[in-house]
Amino acid sequence: MNKKVLLIEDEPNIIEAVSFILSRDGWDVKTHSNGHDAVDAVRNRTPDLIILDVMLPGKSGFDILKEIRSEQQFALTPVLMLTARGQVKDREMAEKAGASRYMTKPFSNAEVLDAVRSMVAQ
Amino acid sequence: MSESLMIGTRIRERRVINGLKQSDLARQVGISPSYLNLIEHNRRRIGGKTLIKLADALSVEPTLLSEGAEATLISALREAAGRADGHTAELDRTEEFAGRFPGWAHLLSSLNARVTDLERTVETLTDRLAHDPHLAASLHEVISTVTAIRSTSSILVETESLEPEWQNRFHRNINEESSRLAQGAEALVRYLEGAANSEAEIRSPQDEMVAFLGHHGFHFPQLEGTKDVTAIEAVLDQDTIMNSDVARRLTRDALVQYQADAWRLPLSEMLAKVAECGPDPEKISMAFDCDLPTVFRRLAALPADAIGAVGLLTCDAAGTLLFRKPLHGFAMPRDAGACALWPMFQVLGQPQVPVRVRLRQSGRGQNVVLALAVAEQVAPATFARPALMRGHMLLLPDADDDSEIPLRDVGASCRICPLRNCPARREPSIIMDGF
Repeated sequence: MNKKVLLIEDEPNIIEAVSFILSRDGWDVKTHSNGHDAVDAVRNRTPDLIILDVMLPGKSGFDILKEIRSEQQFALTPVLMLTARGQVKDREMAEKAGASRYMTKPFSNAEVLDAVRSMVAQ
Repeated sequence: MSESLMIGTRIRERRVINGLKQSDLARQVGISPSYLNLIEHNRRRIGGKTLIKLADALSVEPTLLSEGAEATLISALREAAGRADGHTAELDRTEEFAGRFPGWAHLLSSLNARVTDLERTVETLTDRLAHDPHLAASLHEVISTVTAIRSTSSILVETESLEPEWQNRFHRNINEESSRLAQGAEALVRYLEGAANSEAEIRSPQDEMVAFLGHHGFHFPQLEGTKDVTAIEAVLDQDTIMNSDVARRLTRDALVQYQADAWRLPLSEMLAKVAECGPDPEKISMAFDCDLPTVFRRLAALPADAIGAVGLLTCDAAGTLLFRKPLHGFAMPRDAGACALWPMFQVLGQPQVPVRVRLRQSGRGQNVVLALAVAEQVAPATFARPALMRGHMLLLPDADDDSEIPLRDVGASCRICPLRNCPARREPSIIMDGF
């Protein structure tokens, strides 16, 4: 069975492009585009990997990540954080909140693929 | 110690400052030395005539003795003392300080006010960059669209045999995102342009002078054909642009020069000559038997509707720009750090050889302007120091018949110059390798 990835991101065209490359790479891609109920989406989908944008409408990616990590079931789920800001402070915040990896926009498709492949043994 | 009791102390201090003996002062005022001694030790209240006589003999205002320095000054000094890091001000002697050195005290208090102002400005600017919501939102928008475009376009390029429906979809997405990107970029540019005009802008005295002169179009009818120096003060009195005294002093010097130049080359004769032969410094110089630097300054001071666009730059031998009248399309740094290839620096090495060359400034627009450079000796050589030189560079729009004049590629300043392999480069460009 294909590994499940949940992409939480609010830009429709980024969603489309990233979903496309991940699907072509053999992933089962689900997407979610707001912060309010992102944690519910994680619970419902039980993904093998989460790609999480920091700037989301409703709730920040850092807060969502903290909530995800507080649930035992997802304590170890790999999470790739996406952010538009390369500041050291953001990276530290991401690590503190429990991100497995951190990637700054604009990224290349190859970078995304490399990252998700290395985070989940397929 | 209460205010009134301090009167005696102030009298004593003043007397000591003035180098008077107690007995001498007492005699001048017509009281006994022992009575004065009691007053000075705050053991007798005084007022009225005696106070006025004492103040007179000590050459101070009576209020300075009776009230000391003003309360506002005292509180300003206390405030200044509050910022002391490492240095402890003698707070208990603040009033004494203000009374004895009113000039220094006022200076200290106004410097403190200035420092506070500047700190606020720096804070505002730092805040604006770090936390400005508009800037952050615009940047986020731009980065999001760039991310979508980058990802989508590489799918289009890298995916072999992409189905037509996907192809169409991704093409449409790129189109959508690129128009969003254009809007985002535009918003950023608008923001950055607006930022430069905001009131918190930090300006050097020279910037203030240029702003003032620019406001008047670099032309002052009141200073034409007169040797009356009060005309200069009248122009300065109407100023609402300059904040610093340094700027006003610089501007006064510039206006003194203006007046002298205008006397040497009267407006009506200049206008007639320019109408006849164009803004040709050489012909004007010969016609009026006048040196080139004066002609340069005069051309830059003519009303724009009579002569069109004229730029002028003046530097000293250290390369610092002392005067600049901007010319649209030719970028100039604010004070130092101009392009070493500019001919105004070249003429400092060969003061007797004026240079005429067309300049093509690299970067935006690639405008060509005509530059005429000449050196001027502003102080003669002595055995103690060399002659002091200045370089002047007149800038005119490039005309069609200038095409036989040699063309030189130059920059504005290294930081923003994209010229490659330039031997004159002294620091890396911030735009050369980034894009």
